[in-house]
Parts: sequence; C-alpha cells; structure tokens
Amino acid sequence: MCLGIPGKITAITDAARLMAMAEISGVRREVNVACVAGVDLEALVGTWVLIHVGFAMSLIDEDEAARTLEALRDLGEAQEALEQMAAADEALA
Amino acid sequence: MSAPALKFASEFRDPAAARVLLAAIARKADEIGATREKPVHVMEICGGHTHSIFRYGLDKLIHDGVEFIHGPGCPVCVLPMARVDECVEIAEKPGVIFTTFGDAMRVPGHRKSLIQAKSAGADIRMVYSPLDALELARRNPGREVVFFGLGFETTTPSTALSIQQAAREGLTNFSVFCNHITVPEPIKALLDDPDMRLDGFIGPGHVSMVIGIHPYDFIAADYGKPIVVAGFEPTDLLQSVLMVLTQIAEGRAAVENQYGRVVPEHGNPVSLAAIAVVYERRPSFEWRGLGEIDASGLRIRPTYAAFDAEEKFGIGYATGRRNVPELEGCACGSVMIGKLKPTQCPQFGKGCSPEMPLGALMVSSEGACAAYWQYAGAREAAE
Amino acid sequence: MALRDTHVTMAHGGGGRAMRDLIDEVFTSVFQPPGSEDQARLMDAALQEPGARLAFTTDSFVVTPLEFPGGDIGKLAVCGTVNDLAVGGARPLWLSAAFIIEEGCEIALLRRIVGSMAAEAALAGVRIVTGDTKVVDRGKGDGVFITTAGVGVIPPGVEIGAQHIRPGDAVIVNGVLGDHGATILAARGDLALSVDLISDCAGLGHLMQAVLAAAPGLRAARDCTRGGLASALNEMAAEAGVAVELDETALPLRPEVAGVCELLGLDPLYLANEGRLVLFCPADQAEAALAAMRALPEGSGACLIGRAKDGPPGRVTLRTAFGGARLVDMLIGEQLPRIC
Repeated sequence: MCLGIPGKITAITDAARLMAMAEISGVRREVNVACVAGVDLEALVGTWVLIHVGFAMSLIDEDEAARTLEALRDLGEAQEALEQMAAADEALA
Repeated sequence: MSAPALKFASEFRDPAAARVLLAAIARKADEIGATREKPVHVMEICGGHTHSIFRYGLDKLIHDGVEFIHGPGCPVCVLPMARVDECVEIAEKPGVIFTTFGDAMRVPGHRKSLIQAKSAGADIRMVYSPLDALELARRNPGREVVFFGLGFETTTPSTALSIQQAAREGLTNFSVFCNHITVPEPIKALLDDPDMRLDGFIGPGHVSMVIGIHPYDFIAADYGKPIVVAGFEPTDLLQSVLMVLTQIAEGRAAVENQYGRVVPEHGNPVSLAAIAVVYERRPSFEWRGLGEIDASGLRIRPTYAAFDAEEKFGIGYATGRRNVPELEGCACGSVMIGKLKPTQCPQFGKGCSPEMPLGALMVSSEGACAAYWQYAGAREAAE
Repeated sequence: MALRDTHVTMAHGGGGRAMRDLIDEVFTSVFQPPGSEDQARLMDAALQEPGARLAFTTDSFVVTPLEFPGGDIGKLAVCGTVNDLAVGGARPLWLSAAFIIEEGCEIALLRRIVGSMAAEAALAGVRIVTGDTKVVDRGKGDGVFITTAGVGVIPPGVEIGAQHIRPGDAVIVNGVLGDHGATILAARGDLALSVDLISDCAGLGHLMQAVLAAAPGLRAARDCTRGGLASALNEMAAEAGVAVELDETALPLRPEVAGVCELLGLDPLYLANEGRLVLFCPADQAEAALAAMRALPEGSGACLIGRAKDGPPGRVTLRTAFGGARLVDMLIGEQLPRIC
C-alpha cells in the first residue's frame, strides 16, 4: 500500500485546484499538493515531496534524511573501530 | 554502469551501509540469543515492505535468528472475493467506466477477475490516480465513472480529496466504490490471537505518513511489543530491524520512527481532516483470512452519498451483507497472518500459481506467495 | 495525382479503381517493388553458395499509438522483422508488407508510415518486394495493423542458436534497456506522464554482421521485444539448458526509465525494447564483441551484464548490489503498474 517516490515540485500549474508539476528522475507528472500546501503555494516550488497515486502526501525533511544517513555512517565507523580493535586483540593474543 | 541516482531513495540503497547494518543485526541477535531454531519473529505489517525484503534478498542476507513474518498489510490480499464480484457487477452495468489501480486487475472473483471482465467487454480502465478517474468523468459526461477505492490509510486521503473535488465541481457522474481499510485494527486482532507469537513489528511507513506514529501506542503499551515505523529502502528496513532488536535486548517496548524524513509524528493534518469529513467507520468489515473485524473499514458519509457507488448502484454493504465463502482449499487467510509460510500452503505451485491463481496472495505484487514465487525461487520446493 | 481522398474508405479495399490508386500512390511508388505481378521473383547469389541456408520469419505489428517519439508502426514493422532475421545469423534480403487498414484512417498518416518503412529498409539494406492491402470497417481495426515477413541468407559456416550456449559464456546487450516500453507507456497518455524519452527502435542487421565477424564463436542472439530482456533470457536459458546470472550493477538504464519504473512499480527487465538484442558468446571473445558493437551507433552502449552458468536449466537470477540473489522469472500476462 506503499509505492511512494520522492519527487521535486517544479511549478504550480493550477493554484485553484492545488495542482503542481513534479519531477522524478526526468519524469514529469502533475500532482495534487493539498496535503503539503501552506498559505503560499509558490513556496512549494523546489521542495521535495513524497508522491503516491498522484498526490504529494508529505514534505521530505532534508535535515532528517541527512541525520539518518549520518547515523548509518556513524554505525559504519563504530563497526570499523570494533573490527580494528578485534584485529588488534587477535594480533596481540 | 551503476543504477541511476534517485534522490532520497538511492542513498538508502547503499550496499556498504547494508553490510554494516547486517553485521550490527547479527551482533544484536547473538546478544539476545536468537537462533534459527529459536528465532525472533518480526512482523512487517505492510505489503510494500514484504516486496522490498524479497526484492533485495534481505530475508536471505539477515541473521538466521531473525525471521520475518509477513503481515496482512496488502489491501489486495485481504480483499474478500465478494468485493471483486461486486466490482465486476458494477463494471458490467451499461454506461459505466470502471477505473482501478493495476494491482486489483488480476484478483480472482467467483465468476471473473476484472481483467477477465474487461476481455469480455466491460469498460474497465487502469488508472494511476483517482485524479485520472475524475478527469475521465469530466471528459465523459454521458458515462458513469466509478473508481475502486482500494487501500489502507496511505491511499484513503487521495480518494477523499478527489471526492471533495468532485463535489466542488458539481460532477454527477463520478462515484467511489469504497474499500478503504485501516491498519491498527487487524494488528490488534493478530495480537489477540493466542496462536500468534510475535516479538516485534516493522510499522508501515507510508500509512504512518498519514496517521502519524501514535495510533500504534497500544502495541507497546498494552501488548509490550516494540514497533519501529520504517521506510522502504533496504537500509531503512535493516535499520528498523536493528532498532527492534535493540529494544528487545534492552527489555523495552516503544514506538520508534526510523522514517522521520517522511513520517511526521502526528501525521498529515490535511489528509486526516479529509478522511474525517468524507468517511465514517463501518461497524465491521470482512477481511479475507481474518474474518469480520470491528471498525476496520471505511464507508462514505451520507453527506457525500452522491459519490458513493454502493448507494448509486445498490450494491455491497448498502444492501445488507452477502456471505460468500472463499474458495475451498485456499489458505490465503493463514498465510497472510503468518500462520503458514507460502511454501506450506498445500496449493502452492499445485492448484495455485501465478498463471492460475486461487487467491489474492499469488496475484498481488505484495502478496507473500507472489513474492516467494518471483524472488525467492521457492517454487523449486513446490515442484 | 489520381488519389484525392484524405481518408481511407471501404472502396479502397474493394479491388477496383480506388484500391489501385491507393496502392500505386501510397505503396508501390514508394517501395518500388521489382516487377508488377503479385509475387516477387528473386535471386541472390549468396543463396546458391554451398552451405548457405534460407532464413524466413514473420511478425505482426499492432502498436498504439501508431506514431510515437522515435518512430511509428512502420519503422517497428521493418526493424522487427530485419532483427528477427539478423539475430539468427542471417543477412536480411527481402521483406513483404501486408496492411490491414481501418476505414477512416488518414491517408497522410499512411504516407508517413510508408515513408518510415522505406527509410528503414534502405538503412537496413533490404527491399520491400511484395505486399497486400485490406480495409476493414470502422471500429474493426486500430487504425493500421502491419504484418511483415522477411527472407534472408545465412552464410555457410554461421551456426548460431540457443542450443549452443555453454556455462561460462558472456551475456551482452547493445545498450540501455526499456526505452521503447517506457516511451510507449508515456505516449499512451492515460498515465499523464511526460518524459523526454524516445523509442530505441532500430535495425540491428549491421550490428549482428559486425559481431559475427569480430567474435566468430558467437553462440546465440535474440532481440528483446515484448516481455523485455527477462523474457528473452528465460527462453534462451531454457532452450540451452543452462542457468543465467545477471549483475544488477551492470544493467544499463537511463534515469528517466528508472524514474518511470519507480513511479509505476514496474521492473525495467520486462519493458519492451525494439532495438536491443542480447547475445551469448564465449568469455574470451567478449572484449572483441563489445569493441565491434561500440564502433556502431546502435551498439555504442554495449556492455557485459552477466554470465551463463551451470545450474537449474532455464533459471535466470539477478545478483543484487547487496550480494543477494533473486529470481528473474517469465512474465505472467502483462506487467501492470501498481500502487502497492
């Protein structure tokens, strides 16, 4: 129930009907932005949204995305550190 | 040449990060003593997660002590045959253009599937969005356009907003055959089932982007099980599994949000408002495999009766319930709630295959059986 | 110019004057077949060489829309049959072209389609030597259906076919996958997508000749049309009794095709191509084959994507970037967009 894909809003196409143009990897489709629209529709242009069945359902929080990736990197570094310690231990044993 | 980069998706498909997560999961699984003989049972509720798990081979890559139980979060899979029959009935009425998502086209009904009805002459069209169905209604004022509103809370708002748009425009030839269902209720039913042994949940990321994370509070508070709301990319899933195992290791049970880049804690206000205005809960709704579950299905409110296909065509719940038994031998119900693995269903690969599906789990791209068949090579076991 | 009509009518299929005018002006004046009888009488010296074989194939074309970015049904009809001959090791020689035209079809459209066919035939070095025209009632056809049959010559010593594939053979494609399928999906309009893609429709006769010269040990080739790369590989692997493993990181895809697939929940391995072939050759000839392909425009994106191996006969698997593996099975029915 879940096929949602991140896309970028490139233009407002019909302000009255809350419709905007979204672009996903070079593919363009009009989407409804009722769920993500603030007072100023134009402010949406350039934002990234999660698109599902032709509706922008949620704004993508770029900071949060970066934080998630950072957590993964930290885990990777911690892992490396652990492996280095384990290798050092073995070498000493 | 590597795969094209899709922003906010590709970064979460990094194999190096996946390897790190798999190692961390292995350490955590060892720490809690999970083994192949005594695994930790983690249910991924959402069919989209089932699809991702198989597409990336995560079930084979993950530590033996972690077993994925595939949950009922596949709206096509839980659709009772009677509803497919009703879709076909509407589609066969003169002047109707019946629109549906592709997922529902091949689900068998008692007489026909939608794709079979289409080949027999019914005007059934696949659409990507309910907005496309609205457009068909605008362009075909002499025809009745019916949209098959299928899906959990992810898709419920888009149908509601489309109905509201139709009302604003005063369209008289557009209606929705509403089959929207909700996630928390069947989860509670599963947790109450004494046969179910689940240790934790991977929560549906896109449902949660609409309803937020607090509807799952009862899972942790009342049943003491961890639930982590997850994204759909492979590192999202793996990170979420790690978070579940970590809670188990620490003896905690809480609702956590791994998919914070998309899921707001309290969901989406516009979506929730539209759902509340357009829909109300049915007293109960029939789920394939789970039977009747209270308050788990939505119907269109009387204020929008003009857009309710059940009212317009005198069909389905509008006429009182029709008790239509499922096909004999079909074990979809048990597989869907994790009681049986697809390969344990006596029909898998014999009476039921993708060419000749007996039930929805073999047809739906999210169905566990289709996933096993397509990705896991499990049909060799059947052959 | 005797033909003044703008649209095809039932009279044009009636066998009389109107039909003669249509055929003369729209078809034969462009294709210029040898002679004027119903049958073409032909000879090519290559056919008489000892060890040469005649190759013969046919295909029908029913695409909608009739014209799409990168081509039209006519271009498809010529390339499709030329390619079917070429992947069997034949040098394509002659084509027939039979048209079933729906009453009401615009004659200007027919002229464009025929023009495409003539251009494509010239590029491929084949002649369209005979044909037929029928008209059906409005509503009984999708504008135009075309059936082409093709004859070619397989030179002595060229012996390719799936049965020759061996474990260890390299699997090669000539370029990015799925452009045609994605273009058609977008062009149909009902999904309201717009994308800068054109069909990859192209004749592959020269490409095959180049590869056969550079890699004489070539085992087999097939064009990846309906059902995509996955279907062609499943068929070939089953016929050969080998397993095939693909490398996900090596599969060439345009970002736009990836975007269409992600949006609609489709797998690019099953999207149709009309200018793509997949071939198997001995591993030690792979470099030579790739070099020969990359020297031609229709092979500029050629790359190695996998290997044949010992394993359950007919099983095609994909090694994911994660080191996992998944099955790439035969398509059941049509691939449908999904929302779940």
